[in-house]
Amino acid sequence: MALSKINEVIRQRQSLLTEWVKGQLDSGVLRSDLISEVELRRESTAFLEVLSEALDKDPSLSFRQPAYRPVLNFLEELSRSRGKKGFSPSETAIFVFSLKQPLFTALKALHIKDAEGLANAVWEVTEFLDNLGLHTIDTYLVGREEVIRGQQADMLELSTPVVQLWEGIVALPLIGTLDSNRTSIVMETLLQVIVQTRSEIAIIDITGVPTVDTQVAQHLLKTVAAARLMGADCIISGIRPQIAQTMVHLQIDLGNVITKATMAEALKTAMNRSGLVVMRRAVPSSPTGLGTSALS
Amino acid sequence: MDRIPILTMGHFLLVTIQVDMHDQLALTLQDDLTNKITSTLAKGVLIDISSLEIVDSFIGRMLGNISSMARVLGAGSVVVGMQPAVAITLVELGLSLTGVYTALDVEKGMQLLRRQIDADFYHLTTDGNFVEI
Repeated sequence: MALSKINEVIRQRQSLLTEWVKGQLDSGVLRSDLISEVELRRESTAFLEVLSEALDKDPSLSFRQPAYRPVLNFLEELSRSRGKKGFSPSETAIFVFSLKQPLFTALKALHIKDAEGLANAVWEVTEFLDNLGLHTIDTYLVGREEVIRGQQADMLELSTPVVQLWEGIVALPLIGTLDSNRTSIVMETLLQVIVQTRSEIAIIDITGVPTVDTQVAQHLLKTVAAARLMGADCIISGIRPQIAQTMVHLQIDLGNVITKATMAEALKTAMNRSGLVVMRRAVPSSPTGLGTSALS
Repeated sequence: MDRIPILTMGHFLLVTIQVDMHDQLALTLQDDLTNKITSTLAKGVLIDISSLEIVDSFIGRMLGNISSMARVLGAGSVVVGMQPAVAITLVELGLSLTGVYTALDVEKGMQLLRRQIDADFYHLTTDGNFVEI
């Protein structure tokens, strides 16, 4: 009996919709900067339509039934689009939960002097709406995770360039945190390039690594050890002052790996080791005479 | 029985591992190599593992052992041409072979070996040339 009444309530769409939209606008959680009232009204109308269709097919209110699939699809679509717009999970879920109040009010009007019937109806509706709400949040999170995974993949692709600085010297400027996943990619790329270019010295520049904790240091040492096994020496450069402090506080021991503050220093060391000398050649006298004017 | 050939070249011994190592082969190599160092009084050992594609912890340790044994017998040693995959595997196994000299290829390995033993067997004359003692 309670079920048919819910159908009834949902079917009186117009009054319910007005109440609901008003409730959402008043809830204080709605991001009026992200969604217009017109759009909100359109979404709410569409949702009630889908819901009422589902209730016509299957009034059981058990949301796992195939008849409710369109309702779930609608919510999935909604939470995905809201997630993209920048809604928080609760701001997204409020869409479903805010339907409770107008529904309860309408049910109350239908169950005057029938406390038990009202209690039953309220319980069923609560359970149903809670499930829908949870489903919305789940989908929201799935959407978010997809975004995160996509970004991670992008970062991995972007962040492992190995550049040749000189004959026999390659550099690997690292940007972003080093986790074990990335370390293995970095390591593979570096070792491949070492073989290809027959480089004996690799400079790993960590200017772009935000923090160095024991984990990151471990990963760096692994890379250095692998390069050394191949017969190439590593220099770690780009250690910022704060990082030097943290490393000492955490008692991170980089062993006998050469470390330098800047890439330039590292390159100097590398060239020195390869027996290369950089010299400033005599500056040819400037044709305009500007170069010598200071002396005369 | 399978053996890995050890070639003599002047003061040096060359070992080229071109088959997949199994434990017995590794042990035989250890025996042969130590014997050869003693009999030829070699000053350096170069182990080329550029064709070695599969390693396990045993082979990894063996590479370390061979270097230590050579050092005990008074010879320098260098491992050359390790494949990236092999290097990664060894590091993941926790074997970073500290104390083993490595080089990218045979050429650079020979240079390294020469430098290593130069200090012991040659001395620098005043005009900057090395002479054998």
